[in-house]
Amino acid sequence: MGFELETALPSDQPLQRVAIDPVSRVEGHGKVTLLLDAQNRVHQVRLHIVEFRGFERIAQGRPYWEIPVMVQRLCGICPVSHHLAASKAMDLIVGARQLTPSAEKMRRLMHYGQILQSHALHFFHLSSPDLLFGFDSEVARRNIVGVIADHPDIAKKGVLLRKYGQEVIRHTAGKRVHGTGSVPGGVNKSLSAEDRAAMRGEIEQIVLWCREAVELIKRLHLHNRALYDGFGAFRSNIMGLVAPDGALDLYHGALRVRDADGNIVLDQADYQGYETLLTEEVKPWSYMKFPYLTALGPQLGWYKVGPLARIQNCDYIPTPHAEAERREFCDHAGGKPFAGTLGYHWARMVEMLFAAESIERILADDDLEGRELTVQGERRREGVGVIEAPRGTLIHHYRVGDNDLVTMANLIVSTTHNNQAMNTAVREVAKQYLDGREITEGLLNHIEVAIRAYDPCLSCATHALGQMPLEVLLADADGNTLDYVLRDHEHTIRRPPAPAGGIAL
Amino acid sequence: MSEPSHFKLDGEDIPCRPGQTVMQAAQAAGRYIPHLCWHPDFAPHGSCKICVVKADGRTVAACTFEARPGMQVENRTPEMDDHRRRLLNMLFVEGNHFCPSCEKSGNCTLQATAYELGMANFHFDHFFPDRPVDASHPDVMLDFNRCIQCELCVRASRDVDGKQIFALAGRGIRSHLIVNSASGRLADSNFAVSDRAASVCPVGVILKKRVGFAIPIGSRRYDAAPISAEAQPSPPPAQGERP
Repeated sequence: MGFELETALPSDQPLQRVAIDPVSRVEGHGKVTLLLDAQNRVHQVRLHIVEFRGFERIAQGRPYWEIPVMVQRLCGICPVSHHLAASKAMDLIVGARQLTPSAEKMRRLMHYGQILQSHALHFFHLSSPDLLFGFDSEVARRNIVGVIADHPDIAKKGVLLRKYGQEVIRHTAGKRVHGTGSVPGGVNKSLSAEDRAAMRGEIEQIVLWCREAVELIKRLHLHNRALYDGFGAFRSNIMGLVAPDGALDLYHGALRVRDADGNIVLDQADYQGYETLLTEEVKPWSYMKFPYLTALGPQLGWYKVGPLARIQNCDYIPTPHAEAERREFCDHAGGKPFAGTLGYHWARMVEMLFAAESIERILADDDLEGRELTVQGERRREGVGVIEAPRGTLIHHYRVGDNDLVTMANLIVSTTHNNQAMNTAVREVAKQYLDGREITEGLLNHIEVAIRAYDPCLSCATHALGQMPLEVLLADADGNTLDYVLRDHEHTIRRPPAPAGGIAL
Repeated sequence: MSEPSHFKLDGEDIPCRPGQTVMQAAQAAGRYIPHLCWHPDFAPHGSCKICVVKADGRTVAACTFEARPGMQVENRTPEMDDHRRRLLNMLFVEGNHFCPSCEKSGNCTLQATAYELGMANFHFDHFFPDRPVDASHPDVMLDFNRCIQCELCVRASRDVDGKQIFALAGRGIRSHLIVNSASGRLADSNFAVSDRAASVCPVGVILKKRVGFAIPIGSRRYDAAPISAEAQPSPPPAQGERP
């Protein structure tokens, strides 16, 4: 599974190269390359992601207390995840093994606000146009503006759900984006009674809208079950954090891995030892590494992370409505981990409901207004912080010298964990939909739909829906151009003269 | 007929006394003249030139130029603020000022002044100088990336602490802050976190360790009001008190 189309087998007939470049994103670029034969049958598909990892170097030489604020600039979409993962690592540096109740609840509230806003953004703003209108529907309508025009109630709720999540972040971190609320050893503020009351006043409605969102994706999924179950379907391991009792916990826990049949192959693994558990493989054709479970090896040890992995990895979700929805999803999957790529959307909405219910639960706790904000203990030189970010497991690892400056930083972000899974999904989709057919905008969008389902930090691909320019060159084995297609920001397809040197891979 | 005891600052009467600088008189009257290297506790330095004003048609530094009765001073005019933005631009590009991750953000005089003057972009290319951090001292860190060479630390250490820990070395574009110790490291000087110099830096060079982002957004010095709102009229001197 997963490696079948990674490298084309020796072939008697010449293969033609098709490149989708860029599949652009916020922090770099990605591209998809395909090798096709004369009948347009797919022989090789690769999703390349040029992931800028400069932050690991930038962090070196900086004081440890600066890192949680600095490193969150990796991303404008889920900065809270980096903010908290770095804070958790630095908690260990300052010897804070157990935060105060106020600090932990403020951080959890911040994190669930983040999950809520990010999942809402992804589903309503970015993916719902594909799901509501169809993957190869009219381009001009297949965007958030089209959703607003045709489904104003859905669009409005999506916008307001995200807004609420952003407000939770503002109240806990100081700003909607790139706040400073979490510091090594705790937080720098508690919640004011006014802010708490404001959030509590709206949360009942938010939970209700989240329940409606689950119903919406469930309806879409079940209405077109063959498509949703089979699109980009493949078996894989799944990995994520779970609480000591196996509950879904997105803020803290230990690592659990299930195999493609749902059997637990690793459980309650302390993430401080992630370097032993995981190995990152380098492949010559991609700038992004391919992590796998060391014990299982690169062929069998790769895995999915993120919502689809998490809600099937845990034993239960500790909030009632989300747990009921999780059970229904697992029943639909038939007792084994669901293999379809589009299952991410259903799972993501279940998690969004979990986030809303968790916010409601935490807001009822008076500890949020407490005054004990930070703790310290014996200073340490190394710490690993792991959190379940909206897109999956996020690992931050730092070493700090006696002079308080960071000497080593290693980050494994969610998108990296999903690298092999996304490649496999793209291959499955290419095999299912592009094999032997003429390239059209709608078919290209099928590839984007598969990538988008993971909500990776291919942010232009996923977070600038309808903005993604594509350049496709079809050439024969001798380098003669057969077709050259440009799709611009407005999805207009043109066939200008092909560049003399072709498209660099 | 006695001389008037006021001068005009942007058309407004400002009281002045003999020996007062334009900056001192304006501050005493609660009027803001943008500045970086000037500090009420120290002798004027006149180096940053952000306090540039036009006095009777002459471009001068308000912190060193004596206020004279009857003088016409242009302060917050488009022309003067444009000069200031250019100077701020130079200060930003000469160092490495990454406000988004700087713990001084919200409490930084340079940042607040840039906001006050509406500096919306960088006119010049960044120098991206290589300035290593000195974290050798157990309690205080020096991040030279942010130094604007105001010499407030030099003055505080020399004039208040009596230690002469800091100095500017080099000339012209190569000027840079140094530590007066055999190794050049702060840990090898007799600097202490209780020194006046430890708390005088208007930017994020001299930082008490392990404080970081302890002050939440909303409670920082310049969160509630712009830097210009800090200028408040001084109470009149008590009878017999030397002004």
